[in-house]
Amino acid sequence: MFSYCADPSTLDSTRWMLCYLTSGKHLLFYSSFGTVLLLLAVTAPVALAFGFGGAMAARSHNPGLRLFGKGYTAMVRGIPDIIFFMFFVIALDQALEWGLHQWRCPDWVEPIRNGLEFKVCPAAKVPPSSAPQIWHEVYGFALAVVTFAIVFGAFAANVLYGAMNAVPRAQLETAEAYGMSHRQVFRRVLVPQMWVYALPGLSNLWLILIKATPLLFLLGVKDIVYWANELGSSKTDTFAYPHGDWKLWYFLGLLVFYLAFTRLSEIVLSRLSRRLSRGQATMAGEAMRKAAA
Amino acid sequence: MTCWETIGAYAFRSLGYGERLLPKSDFTLCQQFTLIGSGLIWNIYFGVLALAFGFFLANALALAKTARSAWVRKPAEWFIFVFRGSPLFIQFFLGYQLFVLLPKNGVELWGITVHTDWLTKAWAGALFVLFLNTAAYSAEIFHGALMAVPKGDLEAADAYGITGFARFRRILWPTMLRLGWPAYTNEAIFLFHATTLVFFSSFPAFRQQGDALYYAGYFADKTYNPFIPYPIVGFYFICLTLLLTWAFSLVNRRLNRHLPSNQRARIRLRPQLIR
Repeated sequence: MFSYCADPSTLDSTRWMLCYLTSGKHLLFYSSFGTVLLLLAVTAPVALAFGFGGAMAARSHNPGLRLFGKGYTAMVRGIPDIIFFMFFVIALDQALEWGLHQWRCPDWVEPIRNGLEFKVCPAAKVPPSSAPQIWHEVYGFALAVVTFAIVFGAFAANVLYGAMNAVPRAQLETAEAYGMSHRQVFRRVLVPQMWVYALPGLSNLWLILIKATPLLFLLGVKDIVYWANELGSSKTDTFAYPHGDWKLWYFLGLLVFYLAFTRLSEIVLSRLSRRLSRGQATMAGEAMRKAAA
Repeated sequence: MTCWETIGAYAFRSLGYGERLLPKSDFTLCQQFTLIGSGLIWNIYFGVLALAFGFFLANALALAKTARSAWVRKPAEWFIFVFRGSPLFIQFFLGYQLFVLLPKNGVELWGITVHTDWLTKAWAGALFVLFLNTAAYSAEIFHGALMAVPKGDLEAADAYGITGFARFRRILWPTMLRLGWPAYTNEAIFLFHATTLVFFSSFPAFRQQGDALYYAGYFADKTYNPFIPYPIVGFYFICLTLLLTWAFSLVNRRLNRHLPSNQRARIRLRPQLIR
């Protein structure tokens, strides 16, 4: 990166360190922090939407829909979520390819699942085998995002379902007494009031989502754990690095990153909680009203 | 191979007994059930021991966090913050790297050689990390419960002249446990769930002796079919969760036995998920 890095013989240790920390691989490492933030930025709203849908389905009057909603919220309770992560990444991929196979190659005769293989016609490969490497990485990342969204959507559905039930019944009855329809009650009274009840659960969920991001590594995305593992070791697949085993320092760096991130989130979330409690018919809201008066 | 023979060959495969080679082709349901169940032994081992040791450290940490002296309070607060604020996955990686850096031939302490290589094995190293992790989470639960002990209980203790350690042992501690128990049950359940991470972090599965998810991953890799092994692990874990909830509810009942039935704490499953 710096011009003096081109001549190794003149480097003293500090300048060597600077050159080392700005090597091409390290820049990739730094950009993988962006991958993690991107995952969080995409997953959080999508998971919230999934959770909202799940909670609505669990409250639905239609028994089929209700069963689906209840099943979705219950699925994460007894089973470790990491199993879902491992499962969905393969299952979604296979489901997609199977669907495309049925659509594009209707007269393909060979069985798809043949012994130990899962084989679809070339036209149904996602992404096509001729696609450049970047598309394979994007596809892998997209699969990871959808998996995260499904699993965390189930957690969010749990929280939101509880929050919807926590809104005082009298509020809804009053709205009904004013002649609002079911839909109006839901939109104008229930949803605006439920957030304050949902916030503690959702903040917890956000912190947990942050702490779940290293699992991207297990899903085969080149994230910060991958690069820390790669750069910290004394030797990679292709090159020997001019240092010993530095994995400990790289992982310490990741630890500090996560600690700072969760701490910062906690501070922001507690501010948000204060903001949302203002004017609410809860203890926190009442305390704020008294303090102001 | 009949199913009984398979069970005989693989039931304790995760501990290194029985057939040495894992099945390579013609996978049967029986093989998958047996091997994954055999892996579950490790999950139970990690979960039970980490909980048992962690319980004591958690009590000590929760007390230290209430201490007036900053020399006692601050280390406890930092310990809890570090282990609750960072992913367990990173903690496993970090712990493994730390143990690997320990001198291979052991450390000389007062003329005795202390061997350290066993710490790089999953059975000890991962257990140690899990122990510290669950201690931090439980300490936070117990600290919250300690803060929630009714003022009246303490005043009553004072009125009876119960002070010092006797007050802690007979008044504070039982009430703290009672108030914290439902949350602690959840912590236990999710600790068991977290044990599935062990063999997916740095700790190697020595001679393919892994936990339930390790074998499920093995089958999913070999057959390229996730629809059989993963639901099997899921099934095992649902059973484990139900068993654990039942065992903890027995303790809960004992802790609440002096209360009228409408004031008893109920155990409700609240997901704390991955850590």
